Amino acid sequence: MPSINLITRDGSRHVVEAEPGLSFMEIIRHAGFDELLAICGGCCSCSTCHVYVSADDQDRLSPMQADEDELLESSAHRELRSRLSCQIRFEGPLEGLQVEIAPEE
Amino acid sequence: MSEAFDVAIVGAGHGGAACAASLRQQGFAGSIGLIGDEAELPYERPPLSKEYLSGEKPFDRILIRPAAFWQDRAVTLLAGERVTAVEASERSLTTVSGRKIGYGSLVWAAGGRARRLTCDGHDLGGVHTIRTRADVDRLISELPAIRQVVIVGGGYIGLEAAAVLAKAGKRVVLLEALDRVLARVAAEPLSRFYEGEHRAHGVDLRVSTGVDGIVGLQGVASAVRLADGEAVAADAVIVGIGILPEVEPLLRAGALGGNGVAVDGHCRTSLEAVYALGDCAAFASRFADGAVLRIESVQNANDQAAHVAACILGKSPVPYGATPWFWSHQYDLKLQTVGLSVGYDDVAVRGAAADRSFSLVYGRGGRIVALDCVNRTRDYVQGRKLVEAGAVFDRARLEDGDAPLNTYLSDTEDDV
Repeated sequence: MPSINLITRDGSRHVVEAEPGLSFMEIIRHAGFDELLAICGGCCSCSTCHVYVSADDQDRLSPMQADEDELLESSAHRELRSRLSCQIRFEGPLEGLQVEIAPEE
Repeated sequence: MSEAFDVAIVGAGHGGAACAASLRQQGFAGSIGLIGDEAELPYERPPLSKEYLSGEKPFDRILIRPAAFWQDRAVTLLAGERVTAVEASERSLTTVSGRKIGYGSLVWAAGGRARRLTCDGHDLGGVHTIRTRADVDRLISELPAIRQVVIVGGGYIGLEAAAVLAKAGKRVVLLEALDRVLARVAAEPLSRFYEGEHRAHGVDLRVSTGVDGIVGLQGVASAVRLADGEAVAADAVIVGIGILPEVEPLLRAGALGGNGVAVDGHCRTSLEAVYALGDCAAFASRFADGAVLRIESVQNANDQAAHVAACILGKSPVPYGATPWFWSHQYDLKLQTVGLSVGYDDVAVRGAAADRSFSLVYGRGGRIVALDCVNRTRDYVQGRKLVEAGAVFDRARLEDGDAPLNTYLSDTEDDV
């Protein structure tokens, strides 16, 4: 199974198995990390699955739609590398991508 | 007592699951029992009327957490156990199977059960509700044989199910007893917009239409008889007329309440060491000028769960006051709601329904109290701050759809 590299809020690094076709939110949630609340279940209706993806890797991801951008606008921790993890899907070429869970709101 | 937990949580839906997870996340080291009357691991309920019904998401993708999570966090799941009695003085519960379970603290997060019709034929085969996975699995198993479905109730569940079934090629008749859909939760422009959208998708949507009974053939629903005598053919009937809070065991144990169990600003019931949260908890909301109400939403269940966990851990959080928010997806329409419009006395419309991107802003006593935003996330995000600030309701400004709401507060204050 391919994997991604996850950094949790305490700074620790984890290798997380990633099933192609699932969103990063689902991958992180299914791996049992409780920091990602993902309250709306992944339908882009809240911003509780906020993560950071390094600038270098951003263009490997599906582009941000307007509603994701607007939801992220509400976060005090928004950065250029911000994404909602429910809106980015893992596919094989993203093997090894590094994702960091953003601070709690 | 054969079994006991430091914290027993009754109800393994969003609120119960979130409370267990939050207790562990906040460092609770005692034993936790999570008791649910369904046979499942905790799962998300909103997809039941959307992606799960449509088949877009299988069950394992709507689990709130994977099975291993609960084991790792030492949360004991008692699935398929329905609690029938609470003995608050001895801090114990009794389940329908006769198990007696002791507790140090009790968290009542039992949610609600689907309200059913009481008319003739309400218990026929082919009459469905959408509240549990089992409900929807039953409906899905019958779908191949269903050509025409009659949905009773024009609330969110009924409308979402109508959208999914219409997209699946079913003929859908939706009956609403009041003179518009969403009448209890939204202002008329939103109701009319959704009525139009559903009709454009081929739904035979009828308002001011009462149901007199369900007609059966060999024990299975075959038609819905309307109040005016017309019989509408139905291969299946879906009843979406709200929920009834699951609070009887608590009320019998002496807890104050009625429509829900009464809780204070820290989700405490009137019983010693018994908290209640989520759909079944009635509390005075600062977003409703202190009116006592229940909020049926994932957001409220989650936020109250974290609050209760903090209380159990002996922290002293400020009284519960999380901003209510809610969503509903139908077709390609994304509705996002923030605040509580209950008791509104004014409504401003931003944008035009014809553009399929507009917002309703609700006022009460001259203040902005809620927004319903359709395909207009920016208003939802920016409007939240206006609701939280109790900003002045200024119709002219609000109805200038080109002026973003994030400058509204400072603009309004400049005038004061």
